[in-house]
Amino acid sequence: MNATHSLVARTGAVFHRYANPGRFLRLGARLQPWLTWPALALSIAGIVWGLFFSPADWQQGDSVRIMYVHVPAAWLASSGYAGLAVCSLLSLVWRHPLADLAAVEIGPVGAAITAVCLATGSLWGKPMWGTWWVWDARLTSVLVLFFLYLGHIALIRAFDEPQRGYRAAAILGLAGAVDLPIIKFSVQWWNTLHQPDSITLTGAPTMSTAMLWPLLVCTLGFTLGFAAIVVARLRAAVMESRIRAALSARRGRGRAAPDSAHDSDVPGGAVA
Amino acid sequence: MSPQIPALILAVVGRDLRLAVRHGADTLGAVLFFVLAGALFPLALGPSPDLLRRMAPGIVWVCALLAALLPLDRLFGSELEDGSLDQLMLTGLPPALVALAKMAAHWLTTGLPLLFAAGPLAIMLGLPVPVLPVLLAGLLLGTLVLSLIGGMAASVVLGARRGGVLLPLLVLPLATPALIFGAAALDAAQTGLPWQPDLELLGAFLAAALPLCPLAAGAGLRAAVE
Repeated sequence: MNATHSLVARTGAVFHRYANPGRFLRLGARLQPWLTWPALALSIAGIVWGLFFSPADWQQGDSVRIMYVHVPAAWLASSGYAGLAVCSLLSLVWRHPLADLAAVEIGPVGAAITAVCLATGSLWGKPMWGTWWVWDARLTSVLVLFFLYLGHIALIRAFDEPQRGYRAAAILGLAGAVDLPIIKFSVQWWNTLHQPDSITLTGAPTMSTAMLWPLLVCTLGFTLGFAAIVVARLRAAVMESRIRAALSARRGRGRAAPDSAHDSDVPGGAVA
Repeated sequence: MSPQIPALILAVVGRDLRLAVRHGADTLGAVLFFVLAGALFPLALGPSPDLLRRMAPGIVWVCALLAALLPLDRLFGSELEDGSLDQLMLTGLPPALVALAKMAAHWLTTGLPLLFAAGPLAIMLGLPVPVLPVLLAGLLLGTLVLSLIGGMAASVVLGARRGGVLLPLLVLPLATPALIFGAAALDAAQTGLPWQPDLELLGAFLAAALPLCPLAAGAGLRAAVE
């Protein structure tokens, strides 16, 4: 019990190093160009490579090129939610202020990339399966993921007191994480239209390297892009809260001014 | 402390049951909604017996899911407003067990009446009588799951500006597995396939939700009163 407690405390101390908004802003400002520019370069290179220089599939023809957007989007939809769940855990266990803000900012980005995944999948399904949509396990579980993102977005903004919204949304974020293994294993548990994984950590990929390389470049580019957008939104949120605090402090000073006009030794800056 | 815990849980459940009996119309509202919503389908789809028999499992399950949502925003909402939630948290009962007791009360006042209404509704929709035990077994597990997930969502939206609007958005995605397995079991039973695997999966879902949902709901309650 004691050991667990000190472990929690020590891990918390590591996380709390970056709970300081000023320290995060400095780190974020240094990190931002290293995320944004490689993300743009890799995404453009990967998409151009995939669309114009990679071979067409012998069975699917040119429509296989949707893969270079669809697969990275699908990977990010799941891993974005995993990131949201980690932020939820940090928020519930360590009350980490930056994790709360990160959960607010990951939500809309994750929902957007999930929508991209669903839309490209639908566009790919029409020529290949002959239908825009089937109620297949993989498709349905990703749709549920989309709704989980929307619920999280709505819940975290539904409280007048932001702290309450962070707590509530963190509980929901952790509960929704049960959908992630369902998405992952849906193509193995239920044998349906969606094809099983072509790329695994353990086995050799079941696709040609001429297609695999542009796909990996796209995936890396999209992932960096996701991180770049989240970091930019997070920095904007920290700055926004600072501006709001400064404005409310000034309003407080303005209101306090008539009373403290005659005793000028009262420092106005101390008014909360 | 510990010998008091079962008594305290029973006291919380008993209090909710007394409240439900005294406000009988509120309690019956969900069941009436269930029957009415089910009766809308034959009106909208036409009275063809073949079509209705084919769709009956899905209709009964979707209506049960929606009906179980109705009383959720009052599950902890009235307690939060009149301050009795603070007192419940001071009884010495862990928040997770307070939540579990309220979930049990929700099942007794919503899930159990739904089970009684489901049989007649299913027969009116043309579901063959030999399949009824599968429907009721599935709904028994499914309504328990719904009370657990719904209680968790209800605790999480406490104090939100539009909690009632948010609730379906939170509960329905999480409840989809119950709907899928429950309706699939009924479908399998109707076509003569083995229905046990689907009910077993539903049972596994219930077994996972039983410890996790009260814990999450307890965290939600603690956040609501602090």
